[in-house]
Amino acid sequence: MNAKTIGIILNGSEILLKSNSLKELVDSLYLQEARFAVEINREIVPKSQIDNYTLNDKDVVEIVIAVGGG
Amino acid sequence: MDKLVIGSREFSSRLLVGTGKYKDFQETQAAIVASGAHVVTVAIRRTNIGQNKDEPNLLNFLNPEEFIILPNTAGCYSVDDAVRTCNLARELLDGHNLVKLEVLGDEKTLFPNMTQTLEAAKVLVEDNFEVMVYCTDDPILCKELDDIGCVSIMPLAAPIGSGLGITNPYNIEIILENSNKPIIVDAGVGTASDAAIAMELGCDGVLMNTAIAEAKNPILMASAMKKAIESGREAFLAGRMQKRLYASKSSPDDGVIK
Repeated sequence: MNAKTIGIILNGSEILLKSNSLKELVDSLYLQEARFAVEINREIVPKSQIDNYTLNDKDVVEIVIAVGGG
Repeated sequence: MDKLVIGSREFSSRLLVGTGKYKDFQETQAAIVASGAHVVTVAIRRTNIGQNKDEPNLLNFLNPEEFIILPNTAGCYSVDDAVRTCNLARELLDGHNLVKLEVLGDEKTLFPNMTQTLEAAKVLVEDNFEVMVYCTDDPILCKELDDIGCVSIMPLAAPIGSGLGITNPYNIEIILENSNKPIIVDAGVGTASDAAIAMELGCDGVLMNTAIAEAKNPILMASAMKKAIESGREAFLAGRMQKRLYASKSSPDDGVIK
């Protein structure tokens, strides 16, 4: 846990975070029950690394799920 | 019915269905079950940042034991976006490498951008994806995609969501003749007879979404499509009779009462 606020771009929107823990970010999105995938600065973050991943200021984060499509 | 084999996988149905445009996930699920489809396509999209705690999730309605999930790259207009989407999909589905590649060229027609599609296909095949590729019905380009190593070639029958049916059966015939890979008609089917025509031509399967989802009764249409695919396949395997210009009697001349 880092006391300093960091700014990231999440799914195209700038947001400020009080924590640099990726896990806390993911938890805040209520994705526990869903299948999802995370990409940070255009690199996939494997599920196994999410718990210990530290976000940095200005990271560009994409979190995706599966939705209806043809 | 004889099994459809694509890449390393065997499918129990020749009808592949999408999950878009339904009223809710219950209707999506009911239509898919009625269609008998084994392969079900999904799109990959950003999650809502303000998501509610109990927001339903599509994949919770699709039992992974029962269905093969086929993530698509719908909405991608470049090689880079399509490849990124496939990488995210592979991570999301725990390493599952079967993808439906589509690189679009234009919003109005949703026709594929074939130069980008060919390039993306190369990148993905190289990265061990099994690529089922949405493409134009150009036999030469279809052959190129086959040579690149795509596991299934999926020419459109008409624009996505148009319901115009099999607009160029002659091209589909040439594509079938040229290819060693399963040919799936992807997009354009409007009703059951369209699906049957594709199968009678010898296509290995049909992928559809709007024809079922936009029917007045999607669940009944899903069932109709299932039967159309099966009857079209059986008719193809049976080998149709030759057409002739004039009549040919079915009943004997002898023994007619006078």
